[in-house]
Amino acid sequence: MNQTLEFDTPSVSRRVMDALRLDPVLLSLLLMLAAFGSMVLYSASGADEAAMIRQTTRILVAMLLLIATANLPLRVIRKMSVWLYLGGIALLVAVILFGEVGKGAQRWLDLGFIRFQPSEILKLAVPMVIAAYLSNRVLPVGFKDLVVSTVLVLIPVVLIARQPDLGTAILVGSAGFFVLFLAGVRWSVIVATGVLLSAAAPLMWKFVLHEYQRDRILTLLDPESDPLGSGYHIIQSKIAIGSGGVYGKGWLNGTQSQLDFIPERSTDFIFSVFGEEFGFLGSVILILLYLAIIFRGLYIAAHAEENFGRLLAGALSLTFFVYLFVNTGMVAGILPVVGVPLPLVSYGGTSMVTLMVGFGLIMSIRSAKRFLV
Amino acid sequence: MLKREQLKDDFLEHRLIRRRLIFTAVVAVVLLSLVVGRLYVLQVVEYAHYVTLSDSNRIRLKALPPTRGLIFDRHGVVMADNLPAYRLEIVREQVDDLDATLEKLRRYVDYDDQDLKRFEQASRRRRPFESVPLRLNLNDEEVARLAVNLHDFEGVEINARLTRNYPLGAHAVHALGYVSRIDERDLSEVDETEYSGTTHIGKLGVEKFYEQELHGKVGFQQVEVNANGRTLRVLSETPPVQGNNLYLTIDSRLQRIAEQAFGDQTGAAVAVDPNNGEVLALVSMPVFDPNLFVNGISYANYNQLRDSPDRPLFNRALSGQYPPGSTTKPFFAFAGLELGAVTAEHKVFCPGYYQLPNEPRKYRDWKKEGHGHMDLDGAVTQSCDVYFYKLAYELTIDRMAAFMQQFGFGRKTGIDSTGERSGLMPTREWKRGAEGLPWFPGETLITGIGQGALLVTPLQLANSTAAFASWGTRFQPRLVKAVEKIPQYEKVATSSSIAGRYEVVKPENWEHVHQAMVNVVHGLRGTAHRISRGLDYQVAGKTGTAQVFGIAQDEEYDEEEVQEKLRDHALFVSYAPADAPRIVVAVIVENGGHGSSVAAPIARLIMDAYLLEDT
Repeated sequence: MNQTLEFDTPSVSRRVMDALRLDPVLLSLLLMLAAFGSMVLYSASGADEAAMIRQTTRILVAMLLLIATANLPLRVIRKMSVWLYLGGIALLVAVILFGEVGKGAQRWLDLGFIRFQPSEILKLAVPMVIAAYLSNRVLPVGFKDLVVSTVLVLIPVVLIARQPDLGTAILVGSAGFFVLFLAGVRWSVIVATGVLLSAAAPLMWKFVLHEYQRDRILTLLDPESDPLGSGYHIIQSKIAIGSGGVYGKGWLNGTQSQLDFIPERSTDFIFSVFGEEFGFLGSVILILLYLAIIFRGLYIAAHAEENFGRLLAGALSLTFFVYLFVNTGMVAGILPVVGVPLPLVSYGGTSMVTLMVGFGLIMSIRSAKRFLV
Repeated sequence: MLKREQLKDDFLEHRLIRRRLIFTAVVAVVLLSLVVGRLYVLQVVEYAHYVTLSDSNRIRLKALPPTRGLIFDRHGVVMADNLPAYRLEIVREQVDDLDATLEKLRRYVDYDDQDLKRFEQASRRRRPFESVPLRLNLNDEEVARLAVNLHDFEGVEINARLTRNYPLGAHAVHALGYVSRIDERDLSEVDETEYSGTTHIGKLGVEKFYEQELHGKVGFQQVEVNANGRTLRVLSETPPVQGNNLYLTIDSRLQRIAEQAFGDQTGAAVAVDPNNGEVLALVSMPVFDPNLFVNGISYANYNQLRDSPDRPLFNRALSGQYPPGSTTKPFFAFAGLELGAVTAEHKVFCPGYYQLPNEPRKYRDWKKEGHGHMDLDGAVTQSCDVYFYKLAYELTIDRMAAFMQQFGFGRKTGIDSTGERSGLMPTREWKRGAEGLPWFPGETLITGIGQGALLVTPLQLANSTAAFASWGTRFQPRLVKAVEKIPQYEKVATSSSIAGRYEVVKPENWEHVHQAMVNVVHGLRGTAHRISRGLDYQVAGKTGTAQVFGIAQDEEYDEEEVQEKLRDHALFVSYAPADAPRIVVAVIVENGGHGSSVAAPIARLIMDAYLLEDT
């Protein structure tokens, strides 16, 4: 039965939310995170107001895009998937042909009015296209579908990894494979793939990984071996987090952060700043907030009406989790240094937009259920 | 067809996806728990460790070197102070390519290999981000040229720092000593913490002896720095405490007059107050400018000083050991009387030589034709050698040595300075030990006229003469009169300490010798008679002429023919006013010839300056 037929009148805000097709739970969690993130960024940027204004603008733009996406009907989204995917692949090829080189990697495409990384598009397009493809098939995934999907995932992943941008490649790849996993790839296949990958690891080490990537992994194992070189990031980050203690040094009072000891402190290593200034307690609260967002996404996925929505919402939520885990794991020194930002908190526009659009998709999936019923 | 399948399988498929979602949720929780566990280890378990690391990252201890204490003369004339001087300093951490920077600096500032060596040395003991001096004492032109180009030199600084300065220049350098750049050997002798940041240390003289008083207490600043080592703020500060000020016993005016009295002659003069052992003037000629050493003396300058035949760096007053010659005769005369070997009236015939019983060798008097019949007074006044040969023979070396040691011969005086030597009062034991030979009677004779193995330092001679002048009371000579304690500014006088006391057996014995010494100056036949002209006070003194090289038995010493280096040293000891001595002066003029003509006038100038203008 439709809720509106009942006599209990929904509140104004509820009606606004419904009108905008937004999920109030997810939205308020995201807003809390954005507020939290702005506070940390203010500290990490050294109270740089210009940077704050830029970041706030980005959040607002991303929010508008979220609302816009949330209002796209799910079937439109589903139809767009293929074209978005193909367009993304085309742009990746364009990057290889005409892209700009920044920080030793070729990732950017300059369209004159805007510079952006086409790989960001694939973070959404890959799970969308796999979900769309599999939603038409019988689940659990059969062998043919598995092969087709894997190829669809690997094409962009390989293109991105060649840029080289390991972080994005991991995110794109995991987004695609999460769809496959949720679609019920047999455990035997998963285990076999795992075994195969472990066996191939030494070969990957030698032939696939770049020198700097090998360094990062070695550095993780023993950061003190090169304290001023590749180990410096991790050592300083650990010092920052560790010295935060239970309650932290207080907002704007982190010495490691404020005195420039943490490199990349407003982007990839912003969690170090957070850990130093807000301590163990703050970090746990932040992680719980993230976990709440992830769980809300998974909840929406579990309750979605169609397989497309279930698979897509699940994969996007899990990708969000990968962001969080890879970033915090790296900053805390249990994962190698990989360029993955702390979602919605790190300074920078591209990932912010992608993530918010992703949550827009999730909200659209949530709305689709009601409107369908 | 599709529709049918979907409808058919939706329940199962939904369940499958749900199960997988739950599985991933569990995995997510587990993985995030790992991160939280890791954070728990870092932030709770190992918190103390990381706080320490964090603090040592940001907090640096910066040493604040104390200002060195000032040195004044006895009347408060500044002899050593500190002036700001520009230094070229480098912070190693802020320089990317040190070699390139050093090379580039050469265009603006002239530094040599020695500067570089000292820079390397100092670099080894510096704290992180502490600047290390490359060149001290930049001149204005260098400062100007470098200052406009400093933006090209990351990590290079020009700092004004207080640097030791000796306003009197070369005057009194042998009393004062000097400071110079600290080196590794110096550091091994001091508390390194106290000297963090200190670049100079006393190397010689009072500057070295009183290093602990002068240095002061190091201060520390806890500063917060950023990752580039830039100091952002001071967290806490323990200010340094300036070193104590010293007031010397030296009278800088007297010192200057004494130095000038030497002209271009080499030698030494020491003036002490016999009532307390205060050293009023301590002269060693020639002198050199200690300021050269403060900022690192150049090789050229140093070689010139070191290789000069006049040896300006040699502190003759404390380290020079000379045969005292006839200046010892009053002591031996006093010994003869006190030990009962002679009486004042006893006369000895002097034919111009002396012979030991059963020995053909003639021990010659300086006066070839002899002095005739000599009593004690005549023997001292006219410096008759034969009288003292005979006296020595009768006293024997054992008794002579024992007596002389009570007046400080053969012993360090214990002055508060560096480089003092003990001189030598020969004994039988010494000869056996040093040369493995027995003592020959002839050696007793020549010891009796202050020759042979007997050696004294000018300071020792002055101090022993002072001990005689004050009836046997021998003070430990002092260069520092008072220490002004900082920060209380409380002047604490150093106390005079008695190094030994000889108990006079018969006062008239002392009177006889004293009178003979007065006659040396005031008697018509006294060897120092010529300085008595125009004297407003009485002086007791004794001349001496010390052989630098031996003359063969039948040869005659001809002053004209002997080259200057081998000419005799001229000596003079004196105290005045004779009835109540206030100053004792010992003078040695190297290769000066006769004590009477060369050394005595210098002593007179010093005594005049002290006794006449002081009152």
